[in-house]
Amino acid sequence: MNSRRVILTVRSNLVSRNDRTRIDKVNAELVTLTYGTIVAQLCQDYDSDYQEVNKQLDKMGYNIGMRLIEDFLAKSGVGRCANFRETADMVAKVGFKIFLNVAPTVTNWTSDNNQFSLIFEDNPLADFVELPDDGRAQDELWFSNILCGVLRGALEMVQMQIEAHFVSDVLRGDDTTEMRVSLVRYIEDEMPPEEE
Amino acid sequence: MAAPRHSAMLSISNASTPQSTSSDKTQVQQPQSPAGTSGLRVPSNRKTIYDRHLNRSRNAELSRASFAYLFGEMVSYAQRRVTGIQDLEKRLNEQGYPLGLRLLDLLFYRATSTSSSALSSSSTSSSPPNRPLRILTLLHLIHGPLWRLLFQRSADALEHSVSPDTPNEYMITDNEPLVNTYISVPREMSMLNCAAFVAGIIEGVCDGCGFEAKVSAHNQPTEMWPSRTVFLVRFGDSVMEREKVLERAGVK
Repeated sequence: MNSRRVILTVRSNLVSRNDRTRIDKVNAELVTLTYGTIVAQLCQDYDSDYQEVNKQLDKMGYNIGMRLIEDFLAKSGVGRCANFRETADMVAKVGFKIFLNVAPTVTNWTSDNNQFSLIFEDNPLADFVELPDDGRAQDELWFSNILCGVLRGALEMVQMQIEAHFVSDVLRGDDTTEMRVSLVRYIEDEMPPEEE
Repeated sequence: MAAPRHSAMLSISNASTPQSTSSDKTQVQQPQSPAGTSGLRVPSNRKTIYDRHLNRSRNAELSRASFAYLFGEMVSYAQRRVTGIQDLEKRLNEQGYPLGLRLLDLLFYRATSTSSSALSSSSTSSSPPNRPLRILTLLHLIHGPLWRLLFQRSADALEHSVSPDTPNEYMITDNEPLVNTYISVPREMSMLNCAAFVAGIIEGVCDGCGFEAKVSAHNQPTEMWPSRTVFLVRFGDSVMEREKVLERAGVK
């Protein structure tokens, strides 16, 4: 595991010189709309079983996160975080900035520094979105749940097992969009898990 | 005509209201106020799609990687639920279709709001948008404005079938489709073209305009453009008949 980290670091030094200044872009609406079709398709496939949709989104995010971390390390050129607080800042200010062009606020730490909240002022994934008015979606569907999976997958690849879930969402009529992130444990040397 | 196909799509709104600055940093934790005309709850700080300007994200950009991850995940999810290449393409097409229907409205909205004063806060003040009546106008709309909205450049070519048997076939070429840039297709699936998603979008735009059409994406690599893709647009008979009538009537 340690040897893999070294490789990533070397690579980040090589790549970042070119990439840090030039992150390839696309029209934000294309991303928003594509994500919208993904959620819509899941709702259709699972017959509006929103619990299952949440689960699938989380899985998709996990798959993405496991691959995205390398890209993140390459583009950001950052090194190892000293503690979980630092990790939180890195996720919010660098990770989300690179990939979603937003910087959620890190807040609501527990006293043991193992749990925090990300509060999203803006969420490009949810632009143009209104949840179905079926009396259930606003209570059951976490529209942006893919982000929880991304975080879980990405941090797992740098030896942090975390748990992430949304606790509020403006799409549900809440005043904020808030994700709660908890550190479960630091993963010691072991084989990476199978892709879900 | 197209209603059954997009019934399951989450609603993507076309409403527009004066621009709200989303920079108010105060995160007020207030009890939810069940307001609004529908059964949906809305935040008390009115952070809903109806309170944000529709052009807010017009020039916004996001990391291309994010798109690639999402699209890749969308394709591999679809792949797990289908039995063959055609099935997969059909599914991707169906996922793009509702986007086309909605992008059409967005295109018209923006076409009018730019021609009128950029500061006018409401779309009602401008003249009604001109929907294409003729095939060529529609195809130009797809080739230009639609492509620019999605991919920030025009498509590379627009052609009409020369065969007398298929006067209803038109081709739109993209030398380097963005959607395929990060998809590596296994050799045994070399026929697959994931731009079927974009074909679905085109189909949605055509149908939304009242031009019934089938659109498919085909690999037509050249030495210079290995991922060159041709979108074959086949209009229905009714469209071709109407086209003739309109031509005689001199409608542009």
